[in-house]
Amino acid sequence: MRMLKQFRSKIREINLRYAKPKVEMSKGVKFSLAVLRIYLFVLVLLMIYKFITVL
Amino acid sequence: MDFFSVLYFRFKKVWKAVRLYLVIAGPGLVVMIADNDAGGITTYAATGAKYGYHLIWFLLLLIPVAYYVQEMTVRLGAVTKRGHAEAIFESFGAFWGWFSLIDLMFVDWLTLVTEFVGMTAALSIFGIPAWITVILVVLLMSIIVLNGRYWTWEKIALGFCLLNLIYIPAAFMVNPSISSILGQGLIPNLPGGLNNELFFLLMANIGTTIAPWMLFFQQSSVVDKGLQEKDINMGKLDTFIGSIITVVVAIFIVIVTGTLLNGAPIDDAATAARMLMKTNHYVGAFMAIGLFDAGLLGAICISLASSWAFGEIFGWAHSLNTKVKEAPWFYISFFLTLATAGVVPLIPGAPLVLITLFVQVVAVTLLPAALVFLILLLNDKKTMGEYANTPLQNTVSVFIVVLIIVLSTLYGVSALFPNLFQ
Repeated sequence: MRMLKQFRSKIREINLRYAKPKVEMSKGVKFSLAVLRIYLFVLVLLMIYKFITVL
Repeated sequence: MDFFSVLYFRFKKVWKAVRLYLVIAGPGLVVMIADNDAGGITTYAATGAKYGYHLIWFLLLLIPVAYYVQEMTVRLGAVTKRGHAEAIFESFGAFWGWFSLIDLMFVDWLTLVTEFVGMTAALSIFGIPAWITVILVVLLMSIIVLNGRYWTWEKIALGFCLLNLIYIPAAFMVNPSISSILGQGLIPNLPGGLNNELFFLLMANIGTTIAPWMLFFQQSSVVDKGLQEKDINMGKLDTFIGSIITVVVAIFIVIVTGTLLNGAPIDDAATAARMLMKTNHYVGAFMAIGLFDAGLLGAICISLASSWAFGEIFGWAHSLNTKVKEAPWFYISFFLTLATAGVVPLIPGAPLVLITLFVQVVAVTLLPAALVFLILLLNDKKTMGEYANTPLQNTVSVFIVVLIIVLSTLYGVSALFPNLFQ
């Protein structure tokens, strides 16, 4: 239980430490990250579809 | 100055450069040669068996592809002194960081399972039971890592890299026709036209050339080795030589199976080794030894890539230069990843084919993200300074990265839906 608590506080600490992205959010960076989100979203949808149809 | 003095000074200069290279060489060579892992050997063996020497030209094209992607990790590691996972967390925030870290852990573990499958299959050819292979590998890798020095680990890994060249004498032993290799292999051609089978194999060859763990491994390795900005050129040379060696080894595998197994159905490298043994015992044995070595090298690098990434993010000591007492979590995570992956091939009826398929699919979720982050990080002039990508480097690397993303996505999707492109 203590280990689990320590782990959770560690995750929180990491989230806090890296809360703000340091890279300059130019239009190019924002565009690339948006495209990446869409790409991953579509890919995950495809995997879920495959998973459901296989089951 | 007389002629001999000039010659002497030139020799001294070159010798100094060679010695400097020998000190810095390592991360690039190891990552590139380990790229020819168990899955890679299977892909190359299948390529040779199916299309003979006809796709050698395509393998040669993979030299710049591998080099341009991996040299970016050298610059990034040497300048930021941070691994790829930490660089993603810091530059793009916790969301992308966790996504990359968890995905990496997942892909690495699955890939490790495939390395163990390759290693156990290779040694089973010599009558060694799978459980003995797994125990031996886990013990051997623990001993290599627990020596407490990066330098020693690297030299041992380079020794295994040398064993990867076993395919070169094997190719000479099968007496291939040099004129056929040059005539069929070096002139770009698509045997039988671009059909689904050929397209799948081309994508598999690209997929095996650039894997997500390679980016994380080489950058962390550069940091652990302590390369500085002044070492970047030598680090790039190391990567370039490594990319040539990896493709040369791939070509020699294609020559072996293209000469002796042309037209035979090859599902995995161990089957190829068994079939080769019937024709030429030594060549088959070399193939099996090479497969074991490839799996071992892959396992050495992949398990470390995960442990380094975890150490970077969780703030644990995470260097091969530390003792177990100083970095317990680094070594525990290394050992756990290794042991749990090693157990899977020993489980009767384990879904190994499904795992192999899953590796391809999950890798497609991580590879594009890791590559996009790499390009964006290399364009961050505030951090990279003079080592940021030049417009020419951006043109080349963006072209290569987009190509890899498109082809690896098609590869992953075709693994999910095999009938989609028929």
